[in-house]
Amino acid sequence: MNMLTDAAVEQKLHSTSNEAAIKMRGKDVTVHYNGKQALFGVNLDVPEQQVTALIGPSGCGKSTFLRSLNRMNDTIEGCRVGGEITLDGDDVYDPRIDVVELRARVGMVFQKPNPFPKSIYENVAYGPRIHGIARNKSELDQIVESSLEKAALWSEVKDRLNEPGTGLSGGQQQRLCIARAIAVSPEVILMDEPCSALDPIATAKVEELIDELRENYTIVIVTHSMQQAARVSQRTAMFHLGYLVEEGATDKMFTNPDDKRTQDYITGRFG
Amino acid sequence: MAGYLIGFLVLAAGLAALTSMQRARRSRDAAADKAHSRPIYHGLNAAIWTGVPAFVFLIVWLMGQNSIINSLVLASFPGADALSGAEKSLLISEIRQVAAGNIFKEPTPEILAAVDHLKSLQSIAVWMMVAVVAAAASIGAFFGYRVIESRFRARHSVERSVTWFMMFSSLVAILTTGGIVASLLYEALQFFARVPVTEFLFGLRWEPQIALRPDQVAGLGAFGMVPVLFGTFAISALAMAVSVPVGILSAVYLTEYAGERFRAVVKPLLEILAGIPTVVYGFFAVLTVAPIVRSLGLSLGLEAAPNSALAAGGVMGVMLIPFISSLSDDAFAAVPRAMRDGSYALGATKGETIRKVLLPAALPGIVGGVLLALSRAVGETMIVVMAAGLIARMTVNPFEAVTTVTVQIVTLLIGDSEFDNPKTLAAFALGLVLFLITLGLNLIALRTVRKYREKY
Repeated sequence: MNMLTDAAVEQKLHSTSNEAAIKMRGKDVTVHYNGKQALFGVNLDVPEQQVTALIGPSGCGKSTFLRSLNRMNDTIEGCRVGGEITLDGDDVYDPRIDVVELRARVGMVFQKPNPFPKSIYENVAYGPRIHGIARNKSELDQIVESSLEKAALWSEVKDRLNEPGTGLSGGQQQRLCIARAIAVSPEVILMDEPCSALDPIATAKVEELIDELRENYTIVIVTHSMQQAARVSQRTAMFHLGYLVEEGATDKMFTNPDDKRTQDYITGRFG
Repeated sequence: MAGYLIGFLVLAAGLAALTSMQRARRSRDAAADKAHSRPIYHGLNAAIWTGVPAFVFLIVWLMGQNSIINSLVLASFPGADALSGAEKSLLISEIRQVAAGNIFKEPTPEILAAVDHLKSLQSIAVWMMVAVVAAAASIGAFFGYRVIESRFRARHSVERSVTWFMMFSSLVAILTTGGIVASLLYEALQFFARVPVTEFLFGLRWEPQIALRPDQVAGLGAFGMVPVLFGTFAISALAMAVSVPVGILSAVYLTEYAGERFRAVVKPLLEILAGIPTVVYGFFAVLTVAPIVRSLGLSLGLEAAPNSALAAGGVMGVMLIPFISSLSDDAFAAVPRAMRDGSYALGATKGETIRKVLLPAALPGIVGGVLLALSRAVGETMIVVMAAGLIARMTVNPFEAVTTVTVQIVTLLIGDSEFDNPKTLAAFALGLVLFLITLGLNLIALRTVRKYREKY
């Protein structure tokens, strides 16, 4: 865990010491899949314009928690979410909340890159089109370009926007999916192990991108890589068997965790 | 006799297998090094050697026996050399009828002599057949038994035989298709020798009811297939207009909207629909749908025949619904969940996800299904025979009767027919056209389906 340079630690300490506003808040969140409980009373705050990493061994409920933040669990049959999750203070499970609007504000990037079998341009333009964000073609072009730019993909694909998105390499596909998520200007981006299907070079690019995106977006990332959590996040939450073990500033979690399970997990003694 | 012989061969092969397995076990136990094949393979090998060559002999013998006996009987019949081919076959069939005891008129002494000759030849043939088959089986069993020793690669031998057998099985279907196409082509060429190809392909009149005998009163005949083909496509188009939207929409509903319980009830019901015999659909079209369609047409002020294209096409469309629905269902189910998730995560509604992600991704599969359904509609016979008309007419009014290629083939071939008459031969030319159309549609459909498989 000593991969961070002193300067980086310095900088991280600095960034986390500023008290950030709370963007999303989970209170007593429970999730049941067909009667089987997967999450037990999780309380977790997601601070604005920071990267929050969710770590823990497989099956500990971190992806489940992530998916309940933008109600992607709704698409799974037999899934029931309890407790309260708020976005800017509004309950996202309130029946008056439009789930379509919620997901436009809380975007998601998946473990396996899943570009649509359409052109690169159409992939990015998909979200703005369905939400009617662009008023005309040139505005849409603008959105596509800036999204690809922000996802650090523009220079690689600007000459082949009409080629299928599925023809890109794995790392490019994942950045395309990030560009697609950015294109609807979300406030929060959820990332479910975004680098697990990528090679180290592509991973480094995506991590760099996450660090840049922090300026404009609130990011929650699920990861199995301790190094990745340490590199990209400001806050870390440790899950185990459906419980939130502890959460706190990333550098404190990785240097001086309160819970023995966290210490064991990040030093590779279980999980 | 052949039945007993086959039973005997099975028994002999079984016996050979058992004794060979015993011998293989003994030689395995006696051998110093490890045996190559397990005893069961030695047994199978011996059984194959015993049964298969003898069986092939038997089949060849049975196929050749009659023609050899016939020519022997004819050779000894006084004055048979002077007869023509047709008279010879008449003579032979008379001799065989008498031999079988079906006597219609008092046979001549020459015929009676020939019958005796035939009977003696037949009994000789039977005993020779038994002898040859038994000899083949024993020689095979002898070799199969003798080769057994611990180093003999019986497993390889058996596997090679099985490979040959599989190859033979796969060739059966291909050879049959080839035979069908060849006979179709032969008869169609006969037809084109009598009616010019250009008239058949581009002629606008179809009146095939020509005289079979000089004394019959009938039309001169016209063999332009355009109106018939038009009828086929009109009915197919109507069927498609019913089945494509209903089938695709039901697939969308079943895969994307319906609850578990609804799907569990409706899917088997759709499959029942696919299992209804087409002749039952025919009843339904003729007795129930056609009168309703007719009164509808009349109330619209259109000319409406009792047998309308709309009734036949509509019912055919209902028949094709489960076909298109289940193929589209597969195509939708094959779109990965990640595509749906990706779309939902961007804030797309269900409708937007279906329209913009699922439909385009599943489209090649759906198109493949539609083309397969179309080729079935083009080749469908029973419903149109019962519910469509007989008169070839080009009309855009769906309440009027049209005829189809399949209906014409059926009507040309039933009843009195001579096979050197353009009326009868026209059926084969139509069959050839139908075959080419469905072949083309199937090829396109298979190509689109394959392309779609490579997508994910």
